[in-house]
This record gives sequence, C-alpha cells and structure tokens, in this order.
Amino acid sequence: MMQPQVRTPTVGIDGVEHEARLHELWDTSPGWKGFLTTVDHKEIGIRYIITAFVFLALGGTEALLMRLQLAGPNLTLLTPEQYNQLFSTHGMTMIFLYASPILSGFSNYLWPLLLGSRDMAFPRLNALSYWIYLAAGLFLYAGFVTGNGPNDGWFNYVPYASRDFNPGLNEDFYALGMVFLGISTTVGAANFVVTAFRTRAPGMSINRLPILVWGTLTASVANLIVVPAVSLAFFLLWMDRQFGTHFFDTAGGGQPLLWQHLFWIFGHPWVYAIVLPAMGMVSDGLPVFCRRPLVGYSLVALSTVATMIFGFGVWVHHMFATGLPGLGLAFFSGASIAIVVPSAVAVFAWIATIRLGRPVITTAFLFFSSMILLFVIGGVSGFMTASVPVDLQLTDTYFVVAHLHYVLIGINVFPVVGATYFWFPKMTGRFLDEKLGRWNFWTMFIGFNLAFLPMHLTGLLGMPRRVYTYADYGGWGALNLITSIGSFVFAAGAMLLFFNVIKSLKSGAIAGKNPWDAPTLEWSVPSPPPAYNFAVIPTVASRHPLWENRIGGDGALSSLDRGMMLDHGKETIATSALDAEPDMVLEMPHDSFAPLILAVGLSALFVGLLLKMWMLTGIGGAIAAFAILLWLWPTTDLREREPAHG
Amino acid sequence: MSDWPLSYLTSAGPRAREVVPLTWYVLLVSIAVSLVISALLWRALRRTRPEDQSIEIRDVPIERGTSGVRWISIGLMVSAVPLAVAFVWTLLTLAAIAGPPAHPGLVLDVTGRQWWWQVEYAASQPSDVFATANEIHIPVGVQVLVRLHGADVIHSFWVPQLSGKTDAIPGQTNTSWIQADKPGRYLGQCTEFCGAQHAHMQFEVVAEPREDFDRWESLQRQPAAVPSTAEASRGLSLVEYRCGLCHRVRGTAAGAVSAPDLTHLMTRRTLAAGTLLNNPGNLAGWVQNPQNIKPGNLMPNQFLSAQQLSDALAYLETLK
Amino acid sequence: MVETIVSAPADLPVGPVRRHGIGWWGVGTLIASEGALFAYLLFAYYYTGATAPAGWLLEPSPALKLALPNTVLLLLSSLAAWCGEQGILKRGRARALFGFGLAFVMGAVFVAVQGIEWRSKSFGIGTSSYSSLYFVTTGFHIAHVIVGLAVLLAIFGWTALDYFSPRRRLVVSAGVLYWHFVDAVWLFVFATYYLTPYLGFGR
Repeated sequence: MMQPQVRTPTVGIDGVEHEARLHELWDTSPGWKGFLTTVDHKEIGIRYIITAFVFLALGGTEALLMRLQLAGPNLTLLTPEQYNQLFSTHGMTMIFLYASPILSGFSNYLWPLLLGSRDMAFPRLNALSYWIYLAAGLFLYAGFVTGNGPNDGWFNYVPYASRDFNPGLNEDFYALGMVFLGISTTVGAANFVVTAFRTRAPGMSINRLPILVWGTLTASVANLIVVPAVSLAFFLLWMDRQFGTHFFDTAGGGQPLLWQHLFWIFGHPWVYAIVLPAMGMVSDGLPVFCRRPLVGYSLVALSTVATMIFGFGVWVHHMFATGLPGLGLAFFSGASIAIVVPSAVAVFAWIATIRLGRPVITTAFLFFSSMILLFVIGGVSGFMTASVPVDLQLTDTYFVVAHLHYVLIGINVFPVVGATYFWFPKMTGRFLDEKLGRWNFWTMFIGFNLAFLPMHLTGLLGMPRRVYTYADYGGWGALNLITSIGSFVFAAGAMLLFFNVIKSLKSGAIAGKNPWDAPTLEWSVPSPPPAYNFAVIPTVASRHPLWENRIGGDGALSSLDRGMMLDHGKETIATSALDAEPDMVLEMPHDSFAPLILAVGLSALFVGLLLKMWMLTGIGGAIAAFAILLWLWPTTDLREREPAHG
Repeated sequence: MSDWPLSYLTSAGPRAREVVPLTWYVLLVSIAVSLVISALLWRALRRTRPEDQSIEIRDVPIERGTSGVRWISIGLMVSAVPLAVAFVWTLLTLAAIAGPPAHPGLVLDVTGRQWWWQVEYAASQPSDVFATANEIHIPVGVQVLVRLHGADVIHSFWVPQLSGKTDAIPGQTNTSWIQADKPGRYLGQCTEFCGAQHAHMQFEVVAEPREDFDRWESLQRQPAAVPSTAEASRGLSLVEYRCGLCHRVRGTAAGAVSAPDLTHLMTRRTLAAGTLLNNPGNLAGWVQNPQNIKPGNLMPNQFLSAQQLSDALAYLETLK
Repeated sequence: MVETIVSAPADLPVGPVRRHGIGWWGVGTLIASEGALFAYLLFAYYYTGATAPAGWLLEPSPALKLALPNTVLLLLSSLAAWCGEQGILKRGRARALFGFGLAFVMGAVFVAVQGIEWRSKSFGIGTSSYSSLYFVTTGFHIAHVIVGLAVLLAIFGWTALDYFSPRRRLVVSAGVLYWHFVDAVWLFVFATYYLTPYLGFGR
C-alpha cells in the first residue's frame, strides 16, 4: 500500500474522538513493558530528575562525612585514603551525575511543551541517553562502594592517576565510567540541538524561544564539541594504565600537561553548560512572579551564547601555576576578566525585571531571586582569581572551594529547586506545600551561606584544598567548625525539599492548567499533560502566548485552540530552523526496546574492558551492534523506505 | 612565625608584597559589588506589599512595563571600569613578579617528592653541593632562584609570604624566585593534590642575616660527625644498614637518595615535612611508627627493639 | 481588530524527502562530535611534539609507499560511494549496488593495507609517546572506517531489498555522508603524521 507522500494537515479544534485517537497513538504501554520501552520525553525527563536528585543526596552525604572530618584540626574520623576517595567521588557525583543530568531532565520534560511540539526530535535517542546515564552512574558507583572509587580528585591529574602511583582499579572505574557517561551526554546534546532547530511550533521563531531553550541549546552545542576532549583524555589515561602507552608519562616522552589541557578544554565550557540552562530557568520563571516580561530578552539570549563562546577561551586559568609563558598567562587572565561582562547581562536583566515589575513572593520566587546574590558573590570571587598574581596565591586554597560552591550551588542548585517549585504543579497536577517551602528556602539559604561565606576567609588565611586534616593555624579550626555546622543546616534544608515532594505527591493542593498565570505554552495544556502534549499544534505569534491579550500591543495573537490536528499517525510538525515555518510532517517512533538493549550491550562492553574480560566485551559489542541495526532498520512507519519502482 | 603563617596578606618579601595591593583592590571591588547588588535586590523586593504572603497571583495584573534595557547597559558600563582597571593592574603586577631573576644571589634545586621536599644547594665547586630536606635557609635581602623538579607526581611549591605558587612537574623544570626582606621563618605547603599525605607536605623557609646563613651553609657542607659513644656507634651501624636503604648521611655508608638527607637532621626544626616538631620523643615515635603519624607515606614501620631504637636515636641525635 | 494567526500549511511532505529530514541533522551532530574527537587527537600530537626534545619523531621521513596509495584508495572509495548514491537517485539499483559494494571493498583494502603498514613499523604502541599517538590516532580512524564499512554493508543490503527510491533515501545519504567524513578525517591525519615531518615539525 502506498502511503501518501504529501499531505495538507487538517486544521481544527480538539474533540473527544480526536483526543481518544491521540491517546491511542501516544500513550506508553502499561506495565513493565511500557516502563522499559517508553520514549515519552516527560517520563524520561522525570526519571532523569529523580536519578539526579538521588545522586545529589549521595554527593551531599559524602560532603557531610568530609565536613565531620574537617570540623576540627587533626581529627581521625576518616583515614587519608577514605577522605581522598570521598572528596573525589563528591566532585564526580555533583558535577557529572547531578549538575548536568538534572538540567537535562528538566529540559527534556519541558522543551517540547515550551516549543509547542509533541516530543523531542529523537525520542528513542532520548531514552538511550537516560539508560546510559543510569548505567554509567551505577558503573562509577560500583567502584566507590567496593572501595575502588576515584581518589585523585574529579580532575584526576597525571602522573598521580597513572598506574605507577595508583595501581588499583580506582582510576580504571573512573576513566571507563566517564567515557561511558560521555556517550549519554553526547547523544543527549545532539537531541537538544536538532529539536531546537527543527521541531518547534509554527511561528516560534528564534527570537521567541524561552531562555531555558537558549541555555540548554548553547550548552548542548558546546557539549558536542568539548565532551570528546575529556572522553579522549580518560581513554588515553586508561591506555597508559593498561596497555603501556606513553601519552602522559615522562619516561616515554609523554606530557603530563597534555592531560590538563584536554581536561580543561572540556572542563571550563562544561561549567558553563551546567549553569546556562539553570540561568534560563530563572529568566523564564522570575518574570512570571514579577508579572511582566523579562527585561532585555534579546540581550539575555545573546549573552547566553556569548558567555559560552568566551568560555571556550579561558581554560588555562585552571593552569596558571604550571609554568606557562607570560604572554599566555596575560591572554587567559584578560579573557577570564572579560567573561564577567556577558555573564553580568543576566544579573542586571533579572534585577531590572524585579524592580520594574510587581513581585509576588512565592517559594519559587525566593529561590529564583536569591540566586542572583549568590551568583554575584560567586562571580566576583571568580573575578578575583582571574587575575594571575592573585590566583597564584589563592588557587588550591579554600578560596576556590568557596568560589566554586557559590557558582555551582548558587547558579545550579538554587534555580533547580526554584524550578521544582515552579514546574511541579505542571508535572504532577499538585502544588508543593508553600509553608514547608519557606522553611526549605530559609534553611538552605542560611545553611549555605553559613557554610561557604567563611570559606573565603579560610582561603585568604591560606588553608589548602584537598587535605584530609589540618593544623590549627590562626582560626582555621573555628572557621572550619562554622562551615561544618552550616553544611549540616544546608543538608537539612535539602531534606525538606525531598520531604515536601513526597508529601505533596499525595496531598498537595490541586493545580489547574496555569496555576501561576504564566505566559508560555506549557501552561496551556492540562497538569499533568497528556502523552501527546498538544491536542492541536499551536501557532505562536509572540514570546508570551498566554499574555498576549494583556500585553500584546498590536501584534497578532497566537492560536492555541485551533491548529493542525496531526492524528493520522504518531506525528508532530517539523519546522524551519530560524523562522519556524512548517516544512514536514514528522512521523515519530513508537515505544522500543532498542535503546535499552543498546545500553545493556554497552554496559557489558565497558564492564568487560574494566575487568579485561574480552569475551564479555565482544558479547556486549555484538549486542550493541544488533540493537543499533534493529534501531536504524528503515521502516515504513517512519517513512524511511519505499520501493524504487512503485 | 606569624599567627597566620599561610596568609600572604602579611607578606615578607617583594614577590608576595607586590600582589597585596592588587588583592585588596579586587577584594574591595568584589565586596562593593556584592553590597550594591544586595542593595538593588533589597530595594527591588521592597516593592512587594506586606500582605503578599497569601496574595493570589492572578490578583496582580500582568503589565508590559518599561523596556528596562537601560539597566543592563548602565550596569555593563559601570562594571567595565573596575574590570579594565583590574586587567591593567594585573599586567603590571605580573611584570613585577615575573622571573627568573637575572642575577640571583643563590640557586636552589627543589624537587617535590611524595611527601617531602628535597632541597639542593648549587655551588660552583662540586664538593660544596649539599642536599637537605624540608627546611630551606636563605640569606635576607637576596633574590633566590628556585628551580623546581618533579620526581614522581605533580606537586606545587608555595610559601605564601614570599611568593605565589609554582608547580613542580615531572619532565620539565619550572622556575620560581623568592626573597625575604626580614629574618624569620616562613611556612610553605604543597598545593597540588599529590596523594595520601598531601595534607602533610610542608616546608619552611628560614631567612637569616648573611653571617648566620654563611655559618649554616658551611655547617651543612660538612659530612656527619664521627660518633664518640658506644651507643652512638652501634646506632651508626644500624642506620647505615637499615636507614641507608633510602636515606643518605654524608660521610657514612648510608648513601641512598630516595628519602631525605639526614646528615644534619638535628638542625631542622620539624620532622616529616612539617608534621612534627623535631624533639627526641617525636623522633623516636617517627622512626618506629611513621605509619601512625603519616599513614600511607613511603617510610615503613621499623619494628626496632627497645635497644635498637635507643641506639639509633643516640646516633641520630649527633647529626647536628 | 487583532487577528489570531493559525498556521495551515498545504502539501507538506510526510516523512523525510531526499536529504530533507531530521536524520540528516542527526548525522551532522554525530560528525561534529567525532570531528572534534579527531581534532583533539591531532592537538595531542602537535602539543606533545612541540614540547618534546629533539629526536621525538621515530620516523623523521615517514614512509609514503603504502600510505599515499592507501589515501588515494580511500578518496576513490568516496567517489564510489557517491556513485552508489547517484544510483539510488536515478533508480539504477545495479549501479547503486556496484557503487556501495566497490566502496566497501576499497574500504576493506584500506584497512588491510593499514594493518600491513602497522606491522611494518619498527616501533610498537608502547615504544614512546610518538608511537602511542601514531597507533591510537590511526587506530581510532580505522575503528571509524570499520563502522563505516558496516554502514556501507547495511546500505548495500537494504538497497538489495529495494528499500530506497529517489525520494525516500535519507538513510543512504546519511550513511554516505558519514563515509565522506571518515575520508576527510583521514586527510587531516595523513597530513599530520606523514607530511608535517617533511616540513620540519617534531624533528
């Protein structure tokens, strides 16, 4: 039977039969089969969020153990090896298993809803990116729980990471686990890039995208380019350790600094990748509670991209003490100072939005607005260390630990918690408890600042990083005790969030479609949304479709109730890159086992490499190849094939 | 030693002192910016009415409002000024602290090792070359060139009151320089994570007047004194036989170089890279059970009998 | 009166048409990422070579007698793959099969010749940083070629099953694009390892 090759999509409004048909086409199968094969971005997004929060809790526990050990001078709660594995695993967990996946999770859930689409461009790839994330996380933690956790910091410098000095499996778990995890990040990034450019609602031109989309898109383009650097570095390390190559060891003509360059060429853009999407959440959420559009949308969007571009050119500021020539130091110092400019655009935009709006205090608003202050504090300590001579005194002290926690907790964690309060009603149909939310906020805010503000002083007083104990020079003991106490208060605050989520899932106040009276498309569908998101494809005429009748001016209005029905199959609309003109009816894949099978095959492959069980690697590779073939086999459903001659 | 021995804000030499005014500048700019932003945020938030605790969000109408872009442009323009000043000041300071010195008064070869500092004093006469560990003496007011070597993993040489950090990286020689303008003891610390005992890898720079330094230097050049008591002689044999597997005592058969040179051990204030004060009790404890004090370090527990220990100490205490 | 805009396009293609489809973009992102990987491998070569002492190049004048013809062979295989794609575009299944098959064979010969060249080297992977970089970089390339051979094989098989028409053939175009990418990467690798020594780098 020949399928139609072109079609004029029916335009209409929603109806009972239409919805029934869409449910039949889009709902995930029930039970275990559905659980293992779903390609629904909302289910995948929620899995990402839950898994990332679990890793946040694990990483936080590691930190609390460290803070117990450091609460006073010369304590012996932990052995040096235990401490070194804890601080390394803490860093790895927070930066790789929490900070990026949590943003992937929210972005995965929200993007199609924000963009007016029915799913991401590559739903099966989406499922794959989650399964690999889960598998790689388990792989890495298998090392930690067997006493073979990474022990050379998250940055893993050679030669200490090499076999001569680190003969156990610790570094092999870390290296192979990171290569494995990198696959998830890469395919996830590819999915975001293609979705952003090709599957938006008609009329959602590039200057109408929510800033969260700008943020995640920028991060994804960057990740595509820089993740290979760190994957390569870890692969070369594994080769040096297991196959006697000489990439990094000086005895064979290798270069220890090659590791640092490859790592930081990845590492610096990465830290922007884990804050720019979160900044986007603030840029999208804050205006809702200020009852007005964001100030300076275009500048904020452009500064997102500009910050990342600058971010490619500053990596050497992690290496100022390595003996580089003066000209290089001057350049990278200048670039690191200059990057303050684009990153400050958002700060001024947010403050102006609050000042020129009429703020309504909710828990989400508290998190979104307090992060501005934390961002600035983190930013200025970064500015301080951008100056080479100052950095040569402050690097590797607790001053940098203070800086990195202000930027990571201030610009990732606080917005994420705000986002949880903001979008929880959409995801679940219930509000998080506001009263508990205030306790949550104040405990986290006070605890965080109590823990990390004194750390600036600890660093100025010279306490080095990555030490399992210390002598009590001039006040280090008192400062560390305050930090330790603050960290426990902060942890209690984080616990309140988890408690609030669990409680509200059962008994939170019911939320409708648009509980916050917000402007963007996700608030035009039920809470929680049906599997197909939009019964009819909306047409977008502005940045704030749901506010148009109040701030529209004389522009046209978006159409939310009437649009393309696209119910001949599991379909959504594909649109052109810049102006979002519809240009193709996109057939979407149904639930599939292929992503899970591929993830299982790859897991076997990597476990085989770790244990040098080549047979297992071979079997894993064969399973992976089979899964890929199954996945890419051209089907008529997706219109990938038709006979050449009728 | 100062109350905050690892704080460079109380600097004692030009290379550290040059950085202090710049530090205060960027610190004060940072604090000022944080306060200004806090004030702006506070003022912006004050616009909420007190009863907003339970306001229905829909009761506050949406308004397009003014463009507000001026906030961003003014904010950026105001920010650019201290940034530019910081950059120029940075370049000037970089030039001031740059090295290596053209005519250093002293040249040292410092090798970072897990978890101690090997210090070699260069000299034109090979017989005048000597090595010590963890305690560096320099004459006051003299520019000292420090050549940094890495023997195993990356370490970082940092004595904050005299200079910023420079890494000691295997496969290359980095250079740093220090100069102390007043006599004193200045604490140093390894500041690149290097393994289990990174936390206990300190060193001291002792700046002393020229005559005192010269006296110290000629003493260090001497080989170890011959022991005069029977106990110390037994100790010497034990040290040569056991400790000599890793340590060196010039003038004896203990000649290995993988552990600190002990020839003038008693002239040093601390043991185990700043971990313990150098006194008889600590020395005994360290020799017998180093793993207790610095778990994971490369010196194994010795399991000496009481007699052996007392002999060894009797000899070691002659190494002045 | 402010109007509501409703997008109502006519005659939209359903599914991918020719090269117009999201699969094309997908392969594009894959190529960007893998291209970056090779950029970092070459960066490692240049950085290590620039900071190494004299004598780092184990072969100051790398032998071209195998590598140069092999390079030409790989370039020609891209031509063959292109011919195969043209066969699909012009409904010439025999031509398509011939093109993909020939590209596969040429690619396989490339792999074999590279293997012979590896064995002919006087150094092994663990000899020095130069040799490690050489084998791992060319090794990564060969791995990508092998994946490309699998892709060509799949395209060959699917063409034999008459899956593609001039309109519905994005899979073919994407696969052939990947093959061209593997080819292009080789040019950079070849230039770095075989030509820059003659220009004086690393000597």
